[in-house]
Amino acid sequence: MKRHWFHFSAPSTFYSLAGRMTPWFLALAVITGLISLYWGFFETPDRLGGSNPQKEYYRIIFVHVGSAWMSMWLYVVVAGWSALGLVFNTRLSYMMAVSVAPTGAIFTFLALFTGAFWGKPSWGTWWDWDPRLTSELVLFFLYVGYLALHSAIDDARRADRAAALLAIVGLVMVPVIFWSINCPDPNQCAALHQRSSMSDIDGNILFGMLGLTFAFWMYSFATSFMRVRSIILEREADTTWVAEQLQKEGVR
Amino acid sequence: MMEFLAQGGFAFYVWSCYGMAVLLIAAEFIALRKRRRTILARLGRLNRMRDAEEQA
Repeated sequence: MKRHWFHFSAPSTFYSLAGRMTPWFLALAVITGLISLYWGFFETPDRLGGSNPQKEYYRIIFVHVGSAWMSMWLYVVVAGWSALGLVFNTRLSYMMAVSVAPTGAIFTFLALFTGAFWGKPSWGTWWDWDPRLTSELVLFFLYVGYLALHSAIDDARRADRAAALLAIVGLVMVPVIFWSINCPDPNQCAALHQRSSMSDIDGNILFGMLGLTFAFWMYSFATSFMRVRSIILEREADTTWVAEQLQKEGVR
Repeated sequence: MMEFLAQGGFAFYVWSCYGMAVLLIAAEFIALRKRRRTILARLGRLNRMRDAEEQA
């Protein structure tokens, strides 16, 4: 059986598909999350480094890096769905963009929050106007701005398009955050924030870090699908397929 | 166990972070469930109104 991939871009089809996939993503998130946390807390050294070691507080790394990566990746996803929506004019693309954004905003907040709680014991300060911290804060405001703009416009289709444009323009922040540390010339962007490097990190810590990032990613799938199902019902409330679907689900 | 909870004296910093993560995830879940229940209730009302119109 061969189906055109646009088949799943119909909200009525995607509604059921998302409903079937959500429990799997949730299960994956819980399992990988628990394994990574166990690994991160029990299979890693208590102290890192030589003369000025990172003590137990470095274990914030698992939730911090995972949420920071998801904050950037989910923004790319929001902008990607927005672009698809503008190009193909598919309603579902816009609905996905709006469904992913709140989870992205939550991870951005979590990255900033855990960063502050790591910075205090490590650098002696909760906050610094360091390039990475500042650009991540701007990303948080972009998420908030995107969601606020979308909810400020009553007509759903106009809201979709206006917010999509904002999301795409804001995409410029993602490489800025990324290179705010790993810039080619360290003299040009001296930063308080540690440089990120995959190679000189302890294997067990890396495992916990990547594992929890994966768990957060699966969690994001689950919450986006749960949210998009509500959005589909809200927007298609007057259609016959929704009435039939509810009858199937036994909603009275 | 106590040693694990103490995290070498950095319990406040470590558990604040993981606590906030749990709190945000729980809050998002509650919000998602509430949103779904709200729309289902509205659709149920719509359905009953349609049934009543058909009978009238």
